[in-house]
Amino acid sequence: MTLLALLVVTALAIVWLRDLFAAVMVAGIYGLLSASFFVSMDAVDVAFTEAAVGAGVFPLLMLAALAITGRYEDTRHKRQLSSLVLVLVTGAMLIVATWDMPPFGAADAPAHQHLAVRYIQDSPQEVGIPNMVTSVLASYRGYDTLGEVAVVFTAVVGVLCLLSLGRGTTQSSGPAAMQGHVVLRVVGKILIPLILLFALYVQFHGEYGPGGGFQAGVIFAAGIILYTMLFGLDSTRRVVKPTLLRVLAALGLLLYGSVGVVSLVAGGNFLDYSVLAGDPVAGQHLGILVIELGVGVTVAAAMILIFYAFADRGGDGGA
Amino acid sequence: MMLVAHYNYWVVIALMMIGFYVVIVQGNLVKKLIGLNIFQTSVFIFYISVGKVAGGSAPIYDPEVTLYSNPLPHVLILTAIVVGIATMALGLALVVRIKEAYGSVEEEELQARDLEAEDAQQKENQC
Repeated sequence: MTLLALLVVTALAIVWLRDLFAAVMVAGIYGLLSASFFVSMDAVDVAFTEAAVGAGVFPLLMLAALAITGRYEDTRHKRQLSSLVLVLVTGAMLIVATWDMPPFGAADAPAHQHLAVRYIQDSPQEVGIPNMVTSVLASYRGYDTLGEVAVVFTAVVGVLCLLSLGRGTTQSSGPAAMQGHVVLRVVGKILIPLILLFALYVQFHGEYGPGGGFQAGVIFAAGIILYTMLFGLDSTRRVVKPTLLRVLAALGLLLYGSVGVVSLVAGGNFLDYSVLAGDPVAGQHLGILVIELGVGVTVAAAMILIFYAFADRGGDGGA
Repeated sequence: MMLVAHYNYWVVIALMMIGFYVVIVQGNLVKKLIGLNIFQTSVFIFYISVGKVAGGSAPIYDPEVTLYSNPLPHVLILTAIVVGIATMALGLALVVRIKEAYGSVEEEELQARDLEAEDAQQKENQC
């Protein structure tokens, strides 16, 4: 309850702040608060993702963009009363609509009566892995996830078309390396390997505990982006080459799609992993492992590429 | 009773309306995107709240646990967050290009600039 109240307060602060840099920082706090809220709602997988995206990647991307578009917003425009009335009326109507909703946390609410029952009862035996979120994500709703990875890939292609085409990738120096900050550099050097290791753990332990390709991808990317902030774009690009990342982003999606094609060839439906090995449960294990790897590779490569594109465009103001 | 039963949904609506207000009133395009992020997160919170079962546990199979929260909304929102940041990046890329083309990211200035360009073109055609 307190978390939700804090979320409203931070959201109001974001509206109030005229300094966009501060607003982005508060948005980072907002992301961390919502991640904590997701933990209290039992959504541990979601919390992982929101912590890495909402408090990590999103503020960093925003800062990289602010370096180009300017820190302060124009204060001349007036607040329009009509918009406020519109917002209040819409809100009031939505609140009236909640009267028909089942009470919060009710176990007999319609949302829990149909598909969820089958997922909860059958997935531990049918798919053979304890984490139901992973089995629904990777196996039952495999099509859906394939589509989502395709959206991420398409968004990266779009960002690269908008920001990187027609410019060499070597001339700009990128975010200024924080040469003077010894403490930051030392702490960074200790933390970054641990973050990357943790990402790999989240990737391959996703069947048994909270985790999976999406979470691992964003955590891995956050580690690399942190390295960029501390040591500069050029030194990062020497380690993680953009050309390699572009290949990887496409390869992850291809890997995912190939699993579907292989299962077709083996005589099953598209993305039906049961036919991949002699034993259906072993087949499910194999399929989920491979497609989660595909998801992780695409998401990580996509996030790093997007950050490179913004940092490159912004010259030396991004850090 | 009513207040406790629907508190989460009301907070979701409050957050959604705050995001909505930022999107329609503020002129700065970057601020609009931050508002859109608040709006988006409020929908995430709504789904996760709907998926919660009182007394339930996280949906990871354990022989000793009998009541789990609904895993389906978790799956939907988990992927939505990552897709959301990717599309947000696309929006930011557009804002950056607008800044480079117009020299501003304030909505009113952009409209004024477009009108000027239109007027100039009309005059040219008349001549």
